[in-house]
Amino acid sequence: MKNKFVKLLSLPYVFWSIGFIIIPLLMVFYYGLTDKSGRLTLSNVLNIALPVHFKSLIIALLLSFVSTVICLLLSYPLAMILANVKSKSKGLMILIFVLPMWMNFLLRTLAWQTLLENEGVINTVLQFLHLPVLKIINTPYAIIFGMIYNFLPFMVLPIYNVLCKIDNNLLNAARDLGANEIQTFFKVTLPLSVPGIISGITMVFVPALTTFVISDLLGGSKILLIGNVIEQEFTLNSNWHLGSGLSIVLMIFIIISMITTAIFDKDGEGSAL
Amino acid sequence: MANVLKKIYVGLIFIFLYAPMAVLIVLSFNASKSRSKWGGFTFKWYAQLLSDSSIMEALITTLLLAFLSALISTFIGTIAAIAIMSFKKGMRTLMLGITNIPMLNAEIVTGISLMLLFIFFNIQFGFTTILLAHITFNIPYVILSVLPRIKQLNPSAYEAAMDLGASPFKAFMKVVFPDILPGVFSGMLMAFTMSIDDFIITHFTKGAGVDTLSTKIYSQVRKGIDPKMYALSSVIFITVLVLLILVNLLPNGQKKAKQAK
Amino acid sequence: MKKLFLFGLLATLCMVPMFGCSNAYENGKVYVYNWGEYIDPEVIESFEKEYKIKVVYDEYETNEVMYPKVAAGAVNYDVVCPSDYMIKKMIDNDMLAELDWNNIPNAKNIGQQYFDTSKEFDAENKYSVPYCWGTVGILYNKTMVDEPITKWEQLWDPKYKNQILMQNSVRDAFMVALKLNGYSMNTTNLDELQIAKNSLLEQKPLVQAYVVDQVRDKMIGNEAAIGVIYSGEAIYTQRENSNLVYVIPEEGTNVWIDSWVVLKNAQNKENAEKFINYMCEPEIALKNFDFITYSTPNDAARALIEDEDIRNSEIAFPDLTQYNNLETYIYLGEDGDELYNSLWKEVKSE
Repeated sequence: MKNKFVKLLSLPYVFWSIGFIIIPLLMVFYYGLTDKSGRLTLSNVLNIALPVHFKSLIIALLLSFVSTVICLLLSYPLAMILANVKSKSKGLMILIFVLPMWMNFLLRTLAWQTLLENEGVINTVLQFLHLPVLKIINTPYAIIFGMIYNFLPFMVLPIYNVLCKIDNNLLNAARDLGANEIQTFFKVTLPLSVPGIISGITMVFVPALTTFVISDLLGGSKILLIGNVIEQEFTLNSNWHLGSGLSIVLMIFIIISMITTAIFDKDGEGSAL
Repeated sequence: MANVLKKIYVGLIFIFLYAPMAVLIVLSFNASKSRSKWGGFTFKWYAQLLSDSSIMEALITTLLLAFLSALISTFIGTIAAIAIMSFKKGMRTLMLGITNIPMLNAEIVTGISLMLLFIFFNIQFGFTTILLAHITFNIPYVILSVLPRIKQLNPSAYEAAMDLGASPFKAFMKVVFPDILPGVFSGMLMAFTMSIDDFIITHFTKGAGVDTLSTKIYSQVRKGIDPKMYALSSVIFITVLVLLILVNLLPNGQKKAKQAK
Repeated sequence: MKKLFLFGLLATLCMVPMFGCSNAYENGKVYVYNWGEYIDPEVIESFEKEYKIKVVYDEYETNEVMYPKVAAGAVNYDVVCPSDYMIKKMIDNDMLAELDWNNIPNAKNIGQQYFDTSKEFDAENKYSVPYCWGTVGILYNKTMVDEPITKWEQLWDPKYKNQILMQNSVRDAFMVALKLNGYSMNTTNLDELQIAKNSLLEQKPLVQAYVVDQVRDKMIGNEAAIGVIYSGEAIYTQRENSNLVYVIPEEGTNVWIDSWVVLKNAQNKENAEKFINYMCEPEIALKNFDFITYSTPNDAARALIEDEDIRNSEIAFPDLTQYNNLETYIYLGEDGDELYNSLWKEVKSE
């Protein structure tokens, strides 16, 4: 009796996910695999091999890879420091990372434009100090910068969550057995935090790979990422078939990330929440 | 020494995260309409804010969307999470896999797929379509934040309540619900935040005359942002900041904050 | 966290009734889809008050963004303000409704020459009422260049590397490159377009950014020395930064008109015509001109401009008869559009 009732509770969600997750995705596949006259074709998907599209995919992969690595390098020490903070201010610490999300994402990114511009805030300060100025606005570096800025919290939080769960006794045991700090880190802490790292990597890599706003605002529209190409096919060129076809290619990369997450993070320990 | 280094490191990251906030707050006091020119100090954007009906409408739409989508997705998500835990392994993996799709899928693909759906079924774009889209991407956040709480539940407490004569519903409300409540709340808050911050999915599913703050800002990006937007964002930011500090630092707020986490 | 949430909830609930029930619009609604920041908001309010019609107002950034949204029909707009070539495209695709000129008596305030120019895309003046017009030209900062800029060719001068802002829209970018090479900006000749594309590729390393309207803020903030810009922005930018100069390049350029049109599937056609008529009232057109600073084709409104310098400004109201190489965009058909788009994509992705 109890079990049946409980299982019924999933019905609203089952219907919802069929209606608003599965069917829409099937529509993307439908458009992606047909042409304007409705004939079945692979050409939209294969169009990724055209130099125009392929290049944007490679640049997007490259930029998102670099920003994911930098995010990881920045986040890990930070998460470790935060995890060791006494519990009194822990909640506040985490909220500090979520708080910027209450200020609109577009405004935050635009603010970086004001900061990074040739005559922007940072350069004005540098000039005042007679230091060499930064010339990074409208270059790939500015895009990487924006990606790191926007997605850093998604890397910090899962790693932090996993680190918090590591039993201190384990670390003490390792030390008692003669391991030094470095050994303890590589033999105990790091392996135990893998689920958090993997989940963080996915949560940074996927949005970075698919963004079109950051490249537009900070890259001066000089660099087309695959996200820009897809967005333009839908909004400017009204070629939904090509746009969907390229989205399918993008989904392949997303599925790869999902499978990796599933393998390394079986119990969802590394979820950002 | 190490401690000082740690503090410096955290401080630098903190500056990195909050530098844009500072810029926006400064710009909200800039008398010039252009963001690249300082035209003197002014309060006029704040004064004009309340009388700008289009911004106020966008604000209401944004809050209403966030509120409704958080509420609905929390309801659907929580009961779904409870049900998922009672599934057999294969089914559970499948459901969790589907749940992961909107979280991991590119926002642009999610937005486009929903747009295609609405166009295919000839649903007029408007507030409803955005709401449906927001609920869709919010449910996973709720499920994923409620699930760990359910895992920690002691199943015998629930059964004991039933043995003592409570109905399944009552047993649930009295025993299970209070335990998972923190997860429900943090899921709801996450959903609320995500909905407020979303631009891309809203961009593809919105209709005429319905604007959230995000889409309004995007349409202004090319022309230069209306300084009243900076003023509004600063107000929102400061409000949330003050609330957070109050909740966290006031002695009686502390317990509650901990529970909610 | 809980408290925070409750606060949000309360705030939301308090605000809803405040704004929810202002229903003084007994004459229904009109759905307007216009360029971003292309109207004085006060004008909308006064129209709503005077006619008791609710204006549902939406904005777009480029013609190309507007078209698919309107064509998909997912949103039922009534009035739209596209540019010349896009109006032709919409007429060709049977998307526009014929206007009833009896309902738009104020159209008499619009100068006849603008209706004449409109015939290039609206052959019998059946569908469109001119709203704004202007040229595309070069805005430069006289403190940042060595000599006055007079030609498109100077946008290819290596010494201005990273000082150039180009337009990020297909037709405008190709217009510059085609004019540079002495071709018509409406060509569909593949060879000419390839040459133009190569020019754009050659220019790309010199370009600081491809922008649409951001060119305004960037030029004001001394971010770049030279930018391609619509003449309507010239007055505003000069007001904010007196070092800026606007020129119409020697090689010739584009003259454009943005006009009000009513969509065929409009559900509030009568209100739409009332709205257009209101926009043609001299005082209202003047108010809009003051706000957006784009040249108005409304002769009656121009006569009302108090500042003599602006009323007779060569920038806002150039005498087009002294140029012989100005053109208006023509709709190139679906194939032409596709050709331009694919070449532009090649430029952008390089």
